[in-house]
Amino acid sequence: MSFLPFAIAIWIFLVGLYGVVTSHHLVHLVICLSVVQSSTYLLLLGIGYRTNGAASIFVDIPPNTKAVDPVVKALTLTDVVVGAAVTALLLALAVQAQKRFGTLDPDELDPLRD
Amino acid sequence: MSPGEGPARRRDSEISLATRRRLFLVSGAVLAALMTWALAGMPAFGDYHGIYGLLLNRVAVPQEHATNVITAVNFDYRGFDTLGEEFILFAAVLGLALILRERRDEEEGPPDDDAVGRQVSGASVAVRLITVALVGPTVLLAGYIIAHGAITPGGGFQGGVIAATALLFVYLGGEYLALRRIRPLPLVEITKATGAAGFVLIGIAGLIWGVAFLDNWLPKGTPGDVFSAGTMQLLSVAVGFEITGGFVLILSEFLDQTIVLRRRRGVRSG
Repeated sequence: MSFLPFAIAIWIFLVGLYGVVTSHHLVHLVICLSVVQSSTYLLLLGIGYRTNGAASIFVDIPPNTKAVDPVVKALTLTDVVVGAAVTALLLALAVQAQKRFGTLDPDELDPLRD
Repeated sequence: MSPGEGPARRRDSEISLATRRRLFLVSGAVLAALMTWALAGMPAFGDYHGIYGLLLNRVAVPQEHATNVITAVNFDYRGFDTLGEEFILFAAVLGLALILRERRDEEEGPPDDDAVGRQVSGASVAVRLITVALVGPTVLLAGYIIAHGAITPGGGFQGGVIAATALLFVYLGGEYLALRRIRPLPLVEITKATGAAGFVLIGIAGLIWGVAFLDNWLPKGTPGDVFSAGTMQLLSVAVGFEITGGFVLILSEFLDQTIVLRRRRGVRSG
């Protein structure tokens, strides 16, 4: 049972990767990449969890309450922000691919064309 | 792709989908085994004993007067990393604007909704009413989330994204042209740049007070108070500006692509 969160993280990672490998559409590919990345959120938060720990926000709980690790949470926040930035940039590239080659299928993109 | 070519046209060197899938199943299984092996060596779930996190949970409130330890990590203990993180987003938005810039063979046409002879049903009254009613509360919520970053869950990153969604409400409920009026791009860019520069300047200001870069040099107030946690609140506002500007810019660039940019007639792509 204690391995379940990590197992799910691995599963999400591989499912996303499978989508990337077999993708026929650049937008689908970018979304699959986000799925791969979301496995890292689960991994980070899974590492920092402490059984019955409260969120590390001490506004209405006593200062020495058992709380989960704040460092991995901060890292997850960074992860989300970077993920959003990367997704936006990749989608912009997909828009340009559609404009330039008239297709969003990675298999149809010929590096020598145009 | 010209009409004669179909998806069946494949170069000899290309790998078929079935082969690709088989290759993935093998390598994926190996990867899964390696990851399971690696993660099996981790401390059990719920049994974390990392010293830094536990230490920060104890010292953040007495030391920095910030009740939200995650914000304290982001804007104080790890502030320099957040500066880098902020500039990742800055660079990504710049890159996006550069990739989606108006090309030589493109021009701005009238918005699709206004094209002659096009029947657009427009947003229904219910949608208009709800979206208009939601714009104000959304901006207010964003301000609240940004201003309470060091106290309750939230901060500049979260609040900034919420503020940018207010723009989407305007687009959903109104017209594209209304969107353009409330979104003067130079102002958005200035907002974004102010946020990015503000973070650095707040950090540098610490040097004037004789402390390190991004050290918490402001009076720290009472924990739980809005005006507490010193520079963290200022940094949260700076990040809020940057994220709002950045996301408004991202959304605008994509909307412009679909709604106003046209391929100029008679010019070959290239």
